[in-house]
Amino acid sequence: MKILVFIKQVPDTDDVKLDPKTGNIMREGVASKLNPLDANAVEAAVQLKEKYGATVHAVSMGPPQAEDALKKALALGCDEAYLLSDRAFGGADTLATAYTLSLAARKIGDYDLLLFGRHAIDGDTAQTGPATAAFLGIPQITLASSIDVQDGYVICDRVLEASSQKVRARLPAAVAVTQEINTPRYPKPINIMKALKKPRYVWNAEDLGADTSRTGIPGSPSSTKELLEPPKRNADTKYFSGSAEEIAAQIADMLHDEHLI
Amino acid sequence: MAKEDYRGIWVFAEQQNGKLNDTVLEILAKAQELKAHTGEDISAVLLGKDVRPLAETLFAYGADKVILAEHDALASYSARPYEAAMTQLAEKHKPSIILYGATSLGRDLAPRLMVSLKTGLTADAIDLGFDQDDVFYQTTPAYGGSILAHIVILEARPQMATVRPMMFEPIQPRAGASGEIVAETVSVEPDADYEVLETAPKQDTGDAIEGAQVIVAGGRGIKEETDLETLRELASLLDGKLAASRPLVDNGWLNHDKQIGQSGATVKPRYIFNIAISGSVQYQVGMQNADCIISVNHTKGAPIFDISHYGAVADYRSVIPALVEEIKRRKA
Repeated sequence: MKILVFIKQVPDTDDVKLDPKTGNIMREGVASKLNPLDANAVEAAVQLKEKYGATVHAVSMGPPQAEDALKKALALGCDEAYLLSDRAFGGADTLATAYTLSLAARKIGDYDLLLFGRHAIDGDTAQTGPATAAFLGIPQITLASSIDVQDGYVICDRVLEASSQKVRARLPAAVAVTQEINTPRYPKPINIMKALKKPRYVWNAEDLGADTSRTGIPGSPSSTKELLEPPKRNADTKYFSGSAEEIAAQIADMLHDEHLI
Repeated sequence: MAKEDYRGIWVFAEQQNGKLNDTVLEILAKAQELKAHTGEDISAVLLGKDVRPLAETLFAYGADKVILAEHDALASYSARPYEAAMTQLAEKHKPSIILYGATSLGRDLAPRLMVSLKTGLTADAIDLGFDQDDVFYQTTPAYGGSILAHIVILEARPQMATVRPMMFEPIQPRAGASGEIVAETVSVEPDADYEVLETAPKQDTGDAIEGAQVIVAGGRGIKEETDLETLRELASLLDGKLAASRPLVDNGWLNHDKQIGQSGATVKPRYIFNIAISGSVQYQVGMQNADCIISVNHTKGAPIFDISHYGAVADYRSVIPALVEEIKRRKA
Protein backbone atom coordinates (compact mmCIF):
# COMPACT_ATOMS: atom_id res chain seq x y z
CA MET A 1 0.00 0.00 0.00
CA LYS A 2 1.22 3.47 -0.83
CA ILE A 3 0.11 6.25 1.48
CA LEU A 4 0.64 9.95 0.87
CA VAL A 5 0.29 12.18 3.89
CA PHE A 6 0.02 15.92 3.34
CA ILE A 7 1.40 18.16 6.05
CA LYS A 8 1.82 21.86 6.70
CA GLN A 9 4.16 23.89 8.80
CA VAL A 10 2.31 26.50 10.85
CA PRO A 11 3.28 29.33 13.20
CA ASP A 12 3.70 28.08 16.75
CA THR A 13 1.46 30.74 18.23
CA ASP A 14 -2.05 32.09 18.30
CA ASP A 15 -0.96 35.51 19.23
CA VAL A 16 -0.16 37.10 15.89
CA LYS A 17 -0.08 40.87 15.74
CA LEU A 18 -0.44 43.31 12.89
CA ASP A 19 2.37 45.70 12.14
CA PRO A 20 0.68 49.04 12.86
CA LYS A 21 2.64 50.71 10.04
CA THR A 22 2.21 48.23 7.19
CA GLY A 23 -0.92 46.40 8.24
CA ASN A 24 0.90 43.14 7.54
CA ILE A 25 1.32 40.18 9.84
CA MET A 26 4.37 40.39 12.04
CA ARG A 27 6.10 37.05 11.56
CA GLU A 28 9.47 37.89 12.97
CA GLY A 29 10.52 35.73 15.85
CA VAL A 30 7.55 33.43 15.51
CA ALA A 31 8.64 29.80 15.62
CA SER A 32 7.05 27.14 13.42
CA LYS A 33 5.81 23.65 14.06
CA LEU A 34 4.11 20.74 12.36
CA ASN A 35 0.36 21.44 12.23
CA PRO A 36 -1.01 19.37 15.16
CA LEU A 37 -3.81 17.78 13.13
CA ASP A 38 -1.27 16.73 10.52
CA ALA A 39 0.60 14.88 13.25
CA ASN A 40 -2.59 12.83 13.66
CA ALA A 41 -2.58 12.13 9.92
CA VAL A 42 1.08 11.04 10.06
CA GLU A 43 0.30 8.81 13.04
CA ALA A 44 -2.63 7.23 11.21
CA ALA A 45 -0.40 6.54 8.20
CA VAL A 46 2.35 5.02 10.32
CA GLN A 47 -0.11 2.84 12.23
CA LEU A 48 -1.52 1.51 8.94
CA LYS A 49 2.04 0.84 7.79
CA GLU A 50 2.76 -1.07 11.00
CA LYS A 51 -0.43 -3.06 10.65
CA TYR A 52 -0.46 -3.90 6.96
CA GLY A 53 2.84 -2.80 5.53
CA ALA A 54 2.99 0.35 3.43
CA THR A 55 5.30 3.03 2.20
CA VAL A 56 4.42 6.43 3.58
CA HIS A 57 5.29 9.53 1.60
CA ALA A 58 5.07 12.88 3.38
CA VAL A 59 4.35 15.90 1.18
CA SER A 60 4.42 19.56 2.12
CA MET A 61 4.11 22.74 0.11
CA GLY A 62 5.95 25.67 1.59
CA PRO A 63 9.13 27.70 1.85
CA PRO A 64 12.46 25.90 2.34
CA GLN A 65 11.99 26.01 6.13
CA ALA A 66 9.02 23.65 5.77
CA GLU A 67 11.72 20.98 5.48
CA ASP A 68 11.62 20.92 9.31
CA ALA A 69 8.04 19.64 9.35
CA LEU A 70 9.00 16.98 6.81
CA LYS A 71 12.00 15.91 8.88
CA LYS A 72 9.69 15.47 11.82
CA ALA A 73 7.34 13.36 9.71
CA LEU A 74 10.28 11.17 8.71
CA ALA A 75 11.32 10.82 12.36
CA LEU A 76 7.76 9.76 13.16
CA GLY A 77 7.93 6.92 10.64
CA CYS A 78 7.30 8.26 7.15
CA ASP A 79 9.63 6.79 4.53
CA GLU A 80 10.17 9.62 2.07
CA ALA A 81 9.59 13.36 2.06
CA TYR A 82 8.67 15.74 -0.72
CA LEU A 83 8.93 19.49 -0.34
CA LEU A 84 7.03 21.44 -2.98
CA SER A 85 8.80 24.73 -2.97
CA ASP A 86 8.87 27.49 -5.52
CA ARG A 87 8.29 31.21 -5.44
CA ALA A 88 5.51 30.51 -7.92
CA PHE A 89 3.64 28.59 -5.18
CA GLY A 90 3.65 31.49 -2.70
CA GLY A 91 0.42 33.16 -1.64
CA ALA A 92 -1.73 30.22 -2.73
CA ASP A 93 -5.34 29.91 -1.61
CA THR A 94 -6.86 26.47 -1.14
CA LEU A 95 -7.66 26.06 -4.85
CA ALA A 96 -4.08 26.75 -5.95
CA THR A 97 -2.72 24.68 -3.05
CA ALA A 98 -4.90 21.69 -3.90
CA TYR A 99 -3.92 21.99 -7.57
CA THR A 100 -0.25 21.88 -6.61
CA LEU A 101 -0.69 18.99 -4.16
CA SER A 102 -2.64 17.02 -6.75
CA LEU A 103 0.23 17.39 -9.23
CA ALA A 104 2.62 16.03 -6.60
CA ALA A 105 0.28 13.10 -5.94
CA ARG A 106 0.21 12.32 -9.66
CA LYS A 107 3.98 12.60 -9.94
CA ILE A 108 4.56 10.27 -6.97
CA GLY A 109 1.93 8.07 -8.56
CA ASP A 110 0.20 4.76 -7.76
CA TYR A 111 -1.17 6.07 -4.48
CA ASP A 112 -3.78 4.13 -2.56
CA LEU A 113 -4.55 6.51 0.26
CA LEU A 114 -4.16 10.26 0.74
CA LEU A 115 -4.22 11.46 4.34
CA PHE A 116 -4.81 14.98 5.60
CA GLY A 117 -5.31 16.57 9.00
CA ARG A 118 -8.81 17.92 9.47
CA HIS A 119 -7.59 21.49 9.17
CA ALA A 120 -4.49 23.61 9.63
CA ILE A 121 -4.56 25.68 12.77
CA ASP A 122 -3.39 28.81 10.97
CA GLY A 123 -5.94 28.81 8.16
CA ASP A 124 -8.70 26.67 9.61
CA THR A 125 -10.23 26.13 6.18
CA ALA A 126 -10.35 22.31 6.09
CA GLN A 127 -10.66 22.67 2.31
CA THR A 128 -7.35 21.40 0.98
CA GLY A 129 -8.11 17.71 1.52
CA PRO A 130 -11.49 17.58 -0.25
CA ALA A 131 -10.25 19.92 -2.97
CA THR A 132 -7.21 17.74 -3.66
CA ALA A 133 -9.53 14.72 -3.83
CA ALA A 134 -11.67 16.63 -6.33
CA PHE A 135 -8.66 17.44 -8.54
CA LEU A 136 -7.77 13.74 -8.56
CA GLY A 137 -11.38 12.66 -9.07
CA ILE A 138 -11.29 10.31 -6.07
CA PRO A 139 -13.75 9.86 -3.19
CA GLN A 140 -13.09 11.43 0.18
CA ILE A 141 -13.89 10.83 3.80
CA THR A 142 -13.76 13.95 5.97
CA LEU A 143 -13.98 14.10 9.78
CA ALA A 144 -12.60 10.57 10.13
CA SER A 145 -12.27 9.54 13.77
CA SER A 146 -11.03 6.04 12.96
CA ILE A 147 -9.42 4.42 9.96
CA ASP A 148 -8.85 0.92 8.68
CA VAL A 149 -8.15 -0.59 5.29
CA GLN A 150 -9.80 -3.83 4.14
CA ASP A 151 -10.21 -5.47 0.76
CA GLY A 152 -9.40 -2.39 -1.24
CA TYR A 153 -11.56 -0.05 0.83
CA VAL A 154 -10.76 2.49 3.49
CA ILE A 155 -13.29 2.32 6.32
CA CYS A 156 -13.76 5.17 8.75
CA ASP A 157 -16.01 6.35 11.54
CA ARG A 158 -17.18 9.92 11.14
CA VAL A 159 -18.56 12.07 13.92
CA LEU A 160 -21.07 14.61 12.62
CA GLU A 161 -23.25 17.21 14.36
CA ALA A 162 -26.04 14.90 15.43
CA SER A 163 -24.97 11.47 14.31
CA SER A 164 -22.04 9.21 13.72
CA GLN A 165 -21.44 7.20 10.59
CA LYS A 166 -19.36 4.31 9.44
CA VAL A 167 -18.46 4.79 5.81
CA ARG A 168 -16.22 3.15 3.27
CA ALA A 169 -14.57 4.44 0.13
CA ARG A 170 -12.86 2.41 -2.54
CA LEU A 171 -9.13 3.05 -2.84
CA PRO A 172 -7.62 5.27 -4.02
CA ALA A 173 -9.34 7.69 -1.68
CA ALA A 174 -8.57 10.74 0.45
CA VAL A 175 -9.22 10.85 4.20
CA ALA A 176 -9.09 13.90 6.48
CA VAL A 177 -8.64 12.85 10.11
CA THR A 178 -9.76 14.46 13.34
CA GLN A 179 -7.73 14.83 16.49
CA GLU A 180 -9.64 11.99 18.16
CA ILE A 181 -8.33 9.38 15.74
CA ASN A 182 -5.14 8.75 17.70
CA THR A 183 -2.47 10.18 19.94
CA PRO A 184 0.61 11.04 17.91
CA ARG A 185 3.81 9.44 19.15
CA TYR A 186 6.89 11.43 20.01
CA PRO A 187 9.90 10.98 17.76
CA LYS A 188 12.62 8.91 19.43
CA PRO A 189 16.15 10.35 19.22
CA ILE A 190 17.31 7.27 17.31
CA ASN A 191 14.55 7.80 14.76
CA ILE A 192 15.44 11.46 14.42
CA MET A 193 18.95 10.31 13.51
CA LYS A 194 17.65 7.68 11.10
CA ALA A 195 15.32 10.21 9.50
CA LEU A 196 18.30 12.18 8.25
CA LYS A 197 19.20 9.27 6.00
CA LYS A 198 15.75 8.90 4.47
CA PRO A 199 15.15 10.25 0.96
CA ARG A 200 14.06 13.85 0.73
CA TYR A 201 13.07 15.49 -2.52
CA VAL A 202 12.46 19.12 -3.39
CA TRP A 203 10.21 19.77 -6.34
CA ASN A 204 9.59 23.11 -7.98
CA ALA A 205 6.93 24.18 -10.46
CA GLU A 206 8.90 22.85 -13.40
CA ASP A 207 9.45 19.47 -11.71
CA LEU A 208 5.71 19.18 -11.21
CA GLY A 209 4.89 20.35 -14.71
CA ALA A 210 2.73 22.98 -13.08
CA ASP A 211 0.88 25.63 -15.04
CA THR A 212 2.04 28.62 -13.00
CA SER A 213 -1.10 30.54 -13.91
CA ARG A 214 -2.83 28.00 -11.63
CA THR A 215 -0.39 28.12 -8.69
CA GLY A 216 0.40 30.73 -6.08
CA ILE A 217 -1.18 34.14 -6.29
CA PRO A 218 -2.11 34.00 -10.03
CA GLY A 219 -3.91 30.69 -9.43
CA SER A 220 -5.81 31.90 -6.38
CA PRO A 221 -9.30 33.29 -7.03
CA SER A 222 -9.61 34.42 -3.42
CA SER A 223 -7.43 36.90 -1.64
CA THR A 224 -7.32 38.86 1.55
CA LYS A 225 -8.39 42.42 0.88
CA GLU A 226 -8.11 43.74 4.38
CA LEU A 227 -6.86 42.67 7.77
CA LEU A 228 -8.56 44.28 10.70
CA GLU A 229 -8.16 44.30 14.41
CA PRO A 230 -11.41 42.93 15.83
CA PRO A 231 -13.81 45.74 16.72
CA LYS A 232 -13.66 46.51 20.39
CA ARG A 233 -17.04 46.03 21.87
CA ASN A 234 -17.54 48.04 24.96
CA ALA A 235 -19.58 45.75 27.09
CA ASP A 236 -20.67 47.38 30.28
CA THR A 237 -18.70 44.92 32.34
CA LYS A 238 -19.48 44.80 36.03
CA TYR A 239 -16.34 43.84 37.90
CA PHE A 240 -16.14 41.87 41.11
CA SER A 241 -13.18 42.58 43.32
CA GLY A 242 -11.66 41.87 46.68
CA SER A 243 -10.27 38.65 48.12
CA ALA A 244 -11.03 35.32 46.47
CA GLU A 245 -13.76 34.69 49.04
CA GLU A 246 -15.26 38.14 48.49
CA ILE A 247 -15.27 37.67 44.75
CA ALA A 248 -16.81 34.20 45.19
CA ALA A 249 -19.54 35.67 47.39
CA GLN A 250 -20.33 38.40 44.84
CA ILE A 251 -20.53 35.86 42.02
CA ALA A 252 -22.76 33.66 44.18
CA ASP A 253 -25.00 36.67 44.91
CA MET A 254 -25.31 37.30 41.19
CA LEU A 255 -26.11 33.65 40.53
CA HIS A 256 -28.69 33.80 43.30
CA ASP A 257 -30.29 36.92 41.80
CA GLU A 258 -30.39 35.13 38.47
CA HIS A 259 -32.07 32.16 40.18
CA LEU A 260 -29.26 29.89 39.13
CA ILE A 261 -28.70 28.75 42.72
CA MET B 1 -18.09 35.39 -19.87
CA ALA B 2 -17.77 38.65 -17.99
CA LYS B 3 -18.24 38.47 -14.27
CA GLU B 4 -21.09 41.00 -14.54
CA ASP B 5 -23.09 38.37 -16.42
CA TYR B 6 -23.24 36.15 -13.35
CA ARG B 7 -26.41 37.06 -11.48
CA GLY B 8 -28.20 35.72 -8.45
CA ILE B 9 -27.55 34.82 -4.84
CA TRP B 10 -27.70 31.10 -4.19
CA VAL B 11 -28.13 29.42 -0.86
CA PHE B 12 -27.43 25.70 -0.80
CA ALA B 13 -30.54 24.29 0.93
CA GLU B 14 -28.86 21.53 2.91
CA GLN B 15 -31.33 18.86 3.94
CA GLN B 16 -31.02 15.38 5.32
CA ASN B 17 -33.92 12.97 5.64
CA GLY B 18 -36.24 15.69 4.44
CA LYS B 19 -35.28 18.12 7.18
CA LEU B 20 -33.62 21.43 6.35
CA ASN B 21 -30.51 22.33 8.29
CA ASP B 22 -31.17 25.40 10.50
CA THR B 23 -28.17 27.13 8.96
CA VAL B 24 -30.05 27.40 5.65
CA LEU B 25 -32.60 29.73 7.24
CA GLU B 26 -29.86 31.78 8.90
CA ILE B 27 -28.07 32.26 5.59
CA LEU B 28 -31.35 33.13 3.85
CA ALA B 29 -31.73 35.94 6.40
CA LYS B 30 -28.27 37.32 5.63
CA ALA B 31 -28.99 36.96 1.93
CA GLN B 32 -31.78 39.55 2.33
CA GLU B 33 -29.11 42.14 3.16
CA LEU B 34 -27.05 41.14 0.16
CA LYS B 35 -30.12 41.33 -2.04
CA ALA B 36 -30.92 44.80 -0.70
CA HIS B 37 -27.48 45.86 -1.91
CA THR B 38 -27.33 44.20 -5.34
CA GLY B 39 -30.97 43.72 -6.22
CA GLU B 40 -30.30 40.11 -7.25
CA ASP B 41 -32.80 37.34 -6.54
CA ILE B 42 -32.23 34.80 -3.80
CA SER B 43 -32.47 31.19 -4.94
CA ALA B 44 -32.43 28.27 -2.57
CA VAL B 45 -30.93 25.24 -4.30
CA LEU B 46 -32.60 22.09 -3.08
CA LEU B 47 -31.15 18.68 -3.92
CA GLY B 48 -32.60 15.34 -2.84
CA LYS B 49 -35.49 13.06 -3.49
CA ASP B 50 -39.11 13.84 -2.58
CA VAL B 51 -37.99 17.13 -1.06
CA ARG B 52 -40.33 19.47 -2.98
CA PRO B 53 -42.46 20.18 0.15
CA LEU B 54 -39.45 21.95 1.69
CA ALA B 55 -39.79 24.70 -0.90
CA GLU B 56 -42.63 26.22 1.11
CA THR B 57 -40.35 26.69 4.12
CA LEU B 58 -37.63 28.18 1.93
CA PHE B 59 -40.07 30.72 0.50
CA ALA B 60 -41.33 31.58 3.96
CA TYR B 61 -37.79 32.30 5.15
CA GLY B 62 -36.80 34.52 2.27
CA ALA B 63 -36.08 32.57 -0.91
CA ASP B 64 -37.44 34.16 -4.09
CA LYS B 65 -36.92 30.99 -6.08
CA VAL B 66 -36.25 27.37 -5.34
CA ILE B 67 -34.08 25.51 -7.81
CA LEU B 68 -35.07 21.91 -7.33
CA ALA B 69 -33.15 18.86 -8.51
CA GLU B 70 -34.58 15.52 -7.48
CA HIS B 71 -32.87 12.26 -8.29
CA ASP B 72 -32.46 8.81 -6.74
CA ALA B 73 -28.71 9.35 -6.60
CA LEU B 74 -29.30 12.49 -4.48
CA ALA B 75 -31.63 10.84 -1.98
CA SER B 76 -28.93 10.83 0.67
CA TYR B 77 -25.80 12.92 0.61
CA SER B 78 -22.55 11.79 -0.86
CA ALA B 79 -19.94 14.16 -2.17
CA ARG B 80 -19.50 13.24 -5.81
CA PRO B 81 -23.15 13.03 -6.99
CA TYR B 82 -23.90 16.30 -5.15
CA GLU B 83 -20.79 17.84 -6.67
CA ALA B 84 -21.94 16.79 -10.14
CA ALA B 85 -25.48 18.09 -9.67
CA MET B 86 -24.43 21.44 -8.20
CA THR B 87 -21.80 21.91 -10.93
CA GLN B 88 -24.39 21.36 -13.65
CA LEU B 89 -26.85 23.75 -12.04
CA ALA B 90 -24.27 26.47 -11.45
CA GLU B 91 -22.89 26.20 -14.96
CA LYS B 92 -26.38 26.54 -16.37
CA HIS B 93 -27.68 29.40 -14.20
CA LYS B 94 -24.39 31.22 -13.48
CA PRO B 95 -25.11 32.73 -10.06
CA SER B 96 -22.76 35.40 -8.76
CA ILE B 97 -22.75 34.09 -5.17
CA ILE B 98 -23.19 30.60 -3.67
CA LEU B 99 -23.40 30.24 0.11
CA TYR B 100 -23.27 26.95 2.02
CA GLY B 101 -23.61 26.26 5.72
CA ALA B 102 -20.23 25.55 7.28
CA THR B 103 -21.64 22.25 8.49
CA SER B 104 -19.97 18.87 8.22
CA LEU B 105 -21.89 18.35 4.96
CA GLY B 106 -21.30 21.83 3.57
CA ARG B 107 -17.60 21.67 4.32
CA ASP B 108 -17.39 18.25 2.66
CA LEU B 109 -19.15 19.40 -0.49
CA ALA B 110 -18.17 23.02 -1.13
CA PRO B 111 -14.40 22.47 -1.66
CA ARG B 112 -15.21 20.08 -4.51
CA LEU B 113 -17.39 22.77 -6.13
CA MET B 114 -14.51 25.20 -5.76
CA VAL B 115 -12.48 22.84 -7.95
CA SER B 116 -15.18 21.97 -10.47
CA LEU B 117 -16.25 25.61 -10.91
CA LYS B 118 -12.64 26.90 -10.75
CA THR B 119 -13.49 29.62 -8.30
CA GLY B 120 -12.78 30.83 -4.79
CA LEU B 121 -14.29 29.49 -1.58
CA THR B 122 -14.00 31.24 1.74
CA ALA B 123 -14.14 28.89 4.71
CA ASP B 124 -16.39 29.36 7.72
CA ALA B 125 -17.29 33.01 7.25
CA ILE B 126 -18.72 34.76 10.30
CA ASP B 127 -20.05 37.70 8.32
CA LEU B 128 -20.69 38.79 4.74
CA GLY B 129 -21.15 42.17 3.15
CA PHE B 130 -20.11 44.72 0.57
CA ASP B 131 -17.23 47.07 1.28
CA GLN B 132 -16.60 50.70 0.35
CA ASP B 133 -15.48 49.58 -3.13
CA ASP B 134 -18.71 47.65 -3.65
CA VAL B 135 -16.82 44.36 -3.43
CA PHE B 136 -18.48 41.34 -1.84
CA TYR B 137 -16.39 40.25 1.15
CA GLN B 138 -16.48 37.41 3.61
CA THR B 139 -15.18 37.95 7.14
CA THR B 140 -13.14 35.23 8.80
CA PRO B 141 -10.94 35.18 11.86
CA ALA B 142 -7.35 34.69 10.76
CA TYR B 143 -4.12 33.65 12.36
CA GLY B 144 -5.66 31.99 15.38
CA GLY B 145 -8.31 34.60 15.80
CA SER B 146 -6.45 37.69 16.92
CA ILE B 147 -7.20 39.30 13.57
CA LEU B 148 -10.18 39.49 11.22
CA ALA B 149 -9.72 39.16 7.48
CA HIS B 150 -11.95 40.37 4.68
CA ILE B 151 -11.63 37.73 1.98
CA VAL B 152 -12.69 38.66 -1.54
CA ILE B 153 -13.04 36.80 -4.81
CA LEU B 154 -12.38 39.56 -7.28
CA GLU B 155 -12.62 37.99 -10.72
CA ALA B 156 -13.79 34.39 -10.54
CA ARG B 157 -17.49 33.58 -10.34
CA PRO B 158 -19.47 32.39 -8.53
CA GLN B 159 -18.12 33.86 -5.32
CA MET B 160 -18.50 31.10 -2.76
CA ALA B 161 -18.33 30.78 1.00
CA THR B 162 -19.26 28.39 3.73
CA VAL B 163 -21.00 30.33 6.50
CA ARG B 164 -20.67 29.48 10.15
CA PRO B 165 -23.87 28.25 11.84
CA MET B 166 -25.64 30.43 14.39
CA MET B 167 -24.21 33.72 13.16
CA PHE B 168 -27.52 35.18 11.95
CA GLU B 169 -31.12 35.08 13.11
CA PRO B 170 -33.63 33.68 10.60
CA ILE B 171 -36.26 36.21 9.52
CA GLN B 172 -39.79 35.93 10.80
CA PRO B 173 -41.42 33.44 8.44
CA ARG B 174 -43.60 35.18 5.88
CA ALA B 175 -47.00 33.57 6.06
CA GLY B 176 -48.30 32.39 2.71
CA ALA B 177 -45.11 33.38 0.93
CA SER B 178 -44.62 31.71 -2.39
CA GLY B 179 -42.21 31.81 -5.25
CA GLU B 180 -41.13 30.08 -8.36
CA ILE B 181 -39.98 26.47 -8.24
CA VAL B 182 -37.48 25.85 -11.02
CA ALA B 183 -37.40 22.08 -11.44
CA GLU B 184 -34.18 20.96 -13.09
CA THR B 185 -33.06 17.64 -14.47
CA VAL B 186 -29.52 16.70 -13.56
CA SER B 187 -27.43 13.90 -14.94
CA VAL B 188 -25.90 12.11 -11.94
CA GLU B 189 -25.06 8.58 -10.89
CA PRO B 190 -24.80 7.06 -7.45
CA ASP B 191 -21.21 6.90 -6.22
CA ALA B 192 -20.22 3.26 -6.53
CA ASP B 193 -17.01 3.97 -4.63
CA TYR B 194 -18.50 5.52 -1.51
CA GLU B 195 -20.95 3.95 0.86
CA VAL B 196 -22.42 4.81 4.25
CA LEU B 197 -22.41 1.47 6.08
CA GLU B 198 -24.05 2.58 9.32
CA THR B 199 -25.57 5.70 10.79
CA ALA B 200 -26.29 6.07 14.46
CA PRO B 201 -27.61 8.99 16.47
CA LYS B 202 -24.70 10.54 18.32
CA GLN B 203 -24.15 8.79 21.60
CA ASP B 204 -25.43 11.07 24.29
CA THR B 205 -22.82 10.89 26.97
CA GLY B 206 -24.74 13.54 28.88
CA ASP B 207 -21.95 16.09 28.64
CA ALA B 208 -22.56 17.60 25.20
CA ILE B 209 -21.98 21.34 25.28
CA GLU B 210 -24.34 22.16 22.43
CA GLY B 211 -27.69 23.02 23.93
CA ALA B 212 -26.30 23.37 27.46
CA GLN B 213 -27.88 26.19 29.48
CA VAL B 214 -24.79 26.71 31.62
CA ILE B 215 -21.20 26.23 30.49
CA VAL B 216 -17.99 26.49 32.45
CA ALA B 217 -15.10 26.82 30.02
CA GLY B 218 -11.38 26.70 30.75
CA GLY B 219 -8.62 28.11 28.59
CA ARG B 220 -4.92 28.46 28.05
CA GLY B 221 -4.37 29.91 31.52
CA ILE B 222 -5.44 26.68 33.22
CA LYS B 223 -2.18 25.51 34.71
CA GLU B 224 -2.79 21.83 35.40
CA GLU B 225 -5.14 19.23 34.08
CA THR B 226 -6.33 18.46 37.61
CA ASP B 227 -7.60 22.06 37.90
CA LEU B 228 -10.29 21.08 35.42
CA GLU B 229 -11.90 18.97 38.15
CA THR B 230 -12.73 22.14 40.08
CA LEU B 231 -14.23 23.65 36.94
CA ARG B 232 -16.17 20.45 36.35
CA GLU B 233 -17.46 20.60 39.92
CA LEU B 234 -18.60 24.20 39.43
CA ALA B 235 -20.37 23.18 36.22
CA SER B 236 -22.05 20.29 37.93
CA LEU B 237 -23.25 22.47 40.85
CA LEU B 238 -24.96 24.70 38.27
CA ASP B 239 -26.31 21.80 36.17
CA GLY B 240 -23.91 22.90 33.48
CA LYS B 241 -21.27 21.38 31.25
CA LEU B 242 -17.52 21.68 31.11
CA ALA B 243 -15.99 23.06 27.90
CA ALA B 244 -12.72 24.58 26.74
CA SER B 245 -11.04 26.91 24.31
CA ARG B 246 -8.67 25.38 21.82
CA PRO B 247 -5.40 25.17 23.78
CA LEU B 248 -6.83 22.64 26.24
CA VAL B 249 -8.03 20.50 23.36
CA ASP B 250 -4.74 20.84 21.49
CA ASN B 251 -2.88 19.59 24.54
CA GLY B 252 -5.24 16.65 24.88
CA TRP B 253 -6.92 17.51 28.21
CA LEU B 254 -10.39 17.54 26.63
CA ASN B 255 -11.85 16.08 23.46
CA HIS B 256 -12.58 18.19 20.43
CA ASP B 257 -16.33 17.92 21.03
CA LYS B 258 -15.79 20.13 24.11
CA GLN B 259 -14.09 22.87 22.13
CA ILE B 260 -15.83 26.21 21.71
CA GLY B 261 -14.81 28.47 18.86
CA GLN B 262 -14.08 28.78 15.19
CA SER B 263 -12.70 25.28 14.78
CA GLY B 264 -15.02 23.84 17.42
CA ALA B 265 -18.62 24.25 18.53
CA THR B 266 -20.81 27.33 18.57
CA VAL B 267 -22.80 27.52 21.79
CA LYS B 268 -25.57 29.80 22.96
CA PRO B 269 -26.06 29.06 26.66
CA ARG B 270 -27.83 31.30 29.15
CA TYR B 271 -24.67 31.53 31.23
CA ILE B 272 -21.06 30.95 30.33
CA PHE B 273 -18.10 31.14 32.68
CA ASN B 274 -14.79 31.79 30.95
CA ILE B 275 -12.02 30.72 33.24
CA ALA B 276 -8.47 31.71 32.29
CA ILE B 277 -9.55 32.35 28.71
CA SER B 278 -8.11 35.47 27.11
CA GLY B 279 -10.80 35.57 24.45
CA SER B 280 -9.42 35.44 20.91
CA VAL B 281 -11.88 36.29 18.16
CA GLN B 282 -11.75 32.64 17.27
CA TYR B 283 -13.09 31.76 20.70
CA GLN B 284 -15.56 34.64 20.84
CA VAL B 285 -17.34 33.63 17.63
CA GLY B 286 -18.23 30.36 19.34
CA MET B 287 -19.87 31.87 22.43
CA GLN B 288 -20.56 35.58 21.95
CA ASN B 289 -24.32 35.05 21.77
CA ALA B 290 -24.54 33.67 25.31
CA ASP B 291 -27.10 35.62 27.35
CA CYS B 292 -24.79 36.21 30.30
CA ILE B 293 -20.98 36.09 30.10
CA ILE B 294 -18.90 35.83 33.27
CA SER B 295 -15.13 35.85 33.03
CA VAL B 296 -12.28 35.28 35.47
CA ASN B 297 -8.82 36.14 34.20
CA HIS B 298 -5.73 37.44 35.93
CA THR B 299 -4.96 39.83 33.07
CA LYS B 300 -6.91 43.04 33.26
CA GLY B 301 -6.62 43.78 29.53
CA ALA B 302 -7.80 40.35 28.38
CA PRO B 303 -10.16 40.81 25.39
CA ILE B 304 -12.71 38.47 26.97
CA PHE B 305 -13.66 41.27 29.38
CA ASP B 306 -14.73 43.40 26.39
CA ILE B 307 -17.69 41.11 25.85
CA SER B 308 -18.32 40.05 29.45
CA HIS B 309 -21.27 41.14 31.54
CA TYR B 310 -19.41 40.22 34.72
CA GLY B 311 -15.70 40.01 35.29
CA ALA B 312 -13.14 39.37 37.97
CA VAL B 313 -9.46 40.17 37.51
CA ALA B 314 -8.17 37.40 39.74
CA ASP B 315 -6.42 34.06 39.94
CA TYR B 316 -8.90 31.33 39.12
CA ARG B 317 -7.01 28.93 41.39
CA SER B 318 -8.25 30.82 44.43
CA VAL B 319 -11.57 32.18 43.11
CA ILE B 320 -13.07 29.01 41.63
CA PRO B 321 -12.50 26.75 44.69
CA ALA B 322 -13.89 29.56 46.85
CA LEU B 323 -16.93 29.84 44.56
CA VAL B 324 -17.49 26.09 44.67
CA GLU B 325 -17.41 26.19 48.46
CA GLU B 326 -19.69 29.25 48.58
CA ILE B 327 -22.29 27.62 46.33
CA LYS B 328 -22.17 24.40 48.33
CA ARG B 329 -22.63 26.39 51.54
CA ARG B 330 -25.65 28.23 50.15
CA LYS B 331 -27.17 25.06 48.79
CA ALA B 332 -26.72 23.23 52.08
